Amino acid sequence: MKTEPNNNLRQFQQVLEIIEKNNHDKTHLITILQQVQDAYRYLPPQVLTYIATMLKMPVAEVYGVATFYAHFSLEAKGKYVIKVCDGTACHVKGSSKLLDTLYSKLKLSEKKHTTDDMMFTLEAVSCLGACGLAPVMVVNDKIYGEVNAKRCGEIVDNIINAELGEG
Amino acid sequence: MKTITKATLELIREHYNKSIKSVHKRIIVCAGTGCIANGSMLVYEALEKAIKATGMELFVELELDVHDDKKKVHLNGSGCQGFCAQGPLVNILPEETMYVKVKPEDALEIIERSILKDEVIERLLYVNPVTGERSRGQLDIPFYKLQNRLVLGECGHVDPENIREYIAHNGYFAAEKVFNHMTDVDVCDTLVDSGLRGRGGGGFSTGKKWHLTRVEKSDKKYVICNGDEGDPGAFMDRSLMEGNPHRVIEGIMIAARAINANEGYVYVRLEYPLAVKRMRKAIEDAMDAGILGENIFGSGKSMHISVMEGAGAFVCGEETALMASIEGKRGMPMPKPPFPAQKGLFGKPTVINNVETLAAVPLIIRNGASWFNQYGTSTSKGTKTFALTGHVANTGLIEVPFGTTLREIVYNIGGGVTDNDGKVTGDGFKAVQIGGPSGGCLTETDIDLPLDYDNLIAKGAMVGSGGLVVMNTQTCMVQIARFFMNFTQNESCGKCVPCREGTKQMLSLLDEIIEGNGTIETIELLQEVGKCVKKASLCGLGKTAPSPVLSTIEKFNDEYLQHVLKKRCATNNCKSLRNVTIDIEKCIGCTSCARKCPVGAISGEKKQPHVINSDLCTKCGVCNSVCKFNAILGF
Ligand SMILES: Cc1cc2nc3c(=O)[nH]c(=O)nc-3n(C[C@H](O)[C@H](O)[C@H](O)COP(=O)(O)O)c2cc1C
Ligand code: FES
Repeated sequence: MKTEPNNNLRQFQQVLEIIEKNNHDKTHLITILQQVQDAYRYLPPQVLTYIATMLKMPVAEVYGVATFYAHFSLEAKGKYVIKVCDGTACHVKGSSKLLDTLYSKLKLSEKKHTTDDMMFTLEAVSCLGACGLAPVMVVNDKIYGEVNAKRCGEIVDNIINAELGEG
Repeated sequence: MKTITKATLELIREHYNKSIKSVHKRIIVCAGTGCIANGSMLVYEALEKAIKATGMELFVELELDVHDDKKKVHLNGSGCQGFCAQGPLVNILPEETMYVKVKPEDALEIIERSILKDEVIERLLYVNPVTGERSRGQLDIPFYKLQNRLVLGECGHVDPENIREYIAHNGYFAAEKVFNHMTDVDVCDTLVDSGLRGRGGGGFSTGKKWHLTRVEKSDKKYVICNGDEGDPGAFMDRSLMEGNPHRVIEGIMIAARAINANEGYVYVRLEYPLAVKRMRKAIEDAMDAGILGENIFGSGKSMHISVMEGAGAFVCGEETALMASIEGKRGMPMPKPPFPAQKGLFGKPTVINNVETLAAVPLIIRNGASWFNQYGTSTSKGTKTFALTGHVANTGLIEVPFGTTLREIVYNIGGGVTDNDGKVTGDGFKAVQIGGPSGGCLTETDIDLPLDYDNLIAKGAMVGSGGLVVMNTQTCMVQIARFFMNFTQNESCGKCVPCREGTKQMLSLLDEIIEGNGTIETIELLQEVGKCVKKASLCGLGKTAPSPVLSTIEKFNDEYLQHVLKKRCATNNCKSLRNVTIDIEKCIGCTSCARKCPVGAISGEKKQPHVINSDLCTKCGVCNSVCKFNAILGF
């Protein structure tokens, strides 16, 4: 991909600030990636290359770390990230029913996580640490406890309605 | 640089206790993750508003000089109080009245009746589902009464974001003691005497581990607090970090003194944002107070702690992988030896301990080794926190001495086993899974087994981190084994072949059984591969990954046999093995299922009950979705 140098610089300004805040320290790579992902919502490939150059380390190594940890996403995520807990406590309380409901409602699957309109990303995660309220789901930062198939549909409907209202 | 002395700690404690006395009432709202999810912050705001409306003085932070005798109310949020199923919880002191399932609408009434007057609102009290009795305070509720909350003690009482309140509860006095009045050897010896064993899974003696690191000569040593808590179904460490972060920090300081380290890390998993926030705030406050930093308590020693957030990898709970992760690398385990005590973080001697282990340490220093080891069994001293979840009436966070039985935990504290709709049943439990993906299952026959490290290992399970998942009779154990296998297979880091490939093979063998293609040989092969993975894997993840499978095959052999020989799943959880039939009472013979069945397996006369030919049926579920009379059984 060819980009204007100036444009490039501006594009990576935020990444550069993050790297500088971490003193160009290789051992802070995970923290750097976390902060970059917070800013961009995902880790675009050019950014990984840029980070590697700035930290003077092989791109493969940065890429290796970025792909090792489940939290890092090399693909853009939707506006609403829905995490359905499939930890032990939630599993025995029927979390797979929630997943089935949401997969079919949002037309997603275990392979396809994000809706085409970039509105929702659906992920199955293991344990959110609220097992006392199993089954649990989280939308962005809000935790919902004791969710059943009906309620998780309603939660998504409410978001869609709110979005339509705004749009 | 600011330092603090024992005299100052005492002064803070005294002032604080004085100002507490001048407060007319205290309201503590549980602000643990469970209660927040149930809306406790809305309750908090509503209470705040209601207090202001009455014109009483409201304190969210206790002031040090309050001398007038106007009615004052102190409102604060606390960490997890444990009784998550009944949240949001509101406690009123000094009466110790506990209200459960409080809604924002109740706030005004609480203020008017229980704060301005001394009345108790019956409707908000906990009702014992068995006896129908209402319990007024924590001490009357069986869930609490039967526990020994030592490590969790202040969790749920103190405001986790207020360092002065922690000091007022004798906090940081133990740290002062070890920095100024004990030698490193004394500290390690006290821990050895206490019998404290690691709560992170391995159960290694904490005192011995510290001694091993203490004797290493190095200019730099580290203490790491392992807050990765990867076991799905466990949330003890989360609750401790959220509910009493200063205790964890004090534990880290004591460990640092014992091994002569001056730098520490707290590694917290990323799913716990509140724990990260509270730990960071607590460290900042301790720095500001002069408790952390340079010249601690005037001892000339220094200590700095930073918090690092994980990035979502179960294997990073393993100590060597965790250290790789702090160093900014892929979190892959390393072969041991060298042990972290010799070559740990950045190649330096390192002590790594679990959150709960470290949280117990200040208590041991404060109260003495013999106080601690009066609790527990001969080989497992002290208490253990468990996350009690699954099909049990009172889900939540509990703490009991080692040696407590499942009968006590599931029935007396937990309030009994529930069915899939959440109602308490008399059927008992089918299994209690303990130790997460590394653990195994206990059954009703183990109901009176005193739970401790060694008894559990002997039963093919382990204490692990302390997730205790109760499963009712409607649970398919083959599915549970598959669930854990799927988890470990996903989380296998891929470094060693036995774990990477072995878990994959085990998962596909389990799938064969679940899909109805298994034979006796499948089970045998599963056991053989399992034993091989257990023996040959590099780290604890692989070494314990087969445990849930092997343990269920042993304890629920009949169920496995039924799956492979009869191709039946008695609990109807395995889709392919479902026995799909038609309820002749409900079927009115509308024929819609017969018309929709893609393989023509359903036949029958119009207006007469239909039947399914099980030889043809593929259990696709179309009949179930078209039937308007709920007449299809097996889904
Ligand atoms: C796969 C795997 C995951 C682990 N996860 C954790 C964990 O989440 N928390 C923890 O404290 N220890 C965990 N451990 C145990 C640690 O390696 C280590 O033994 C422990 O933190 C030592 O602390 P302790 O002596 O206080 O128990 C894990 C071990 C393995 C093999
Ligand atoms: S298992 Fe779902 S929150 Fe813990």
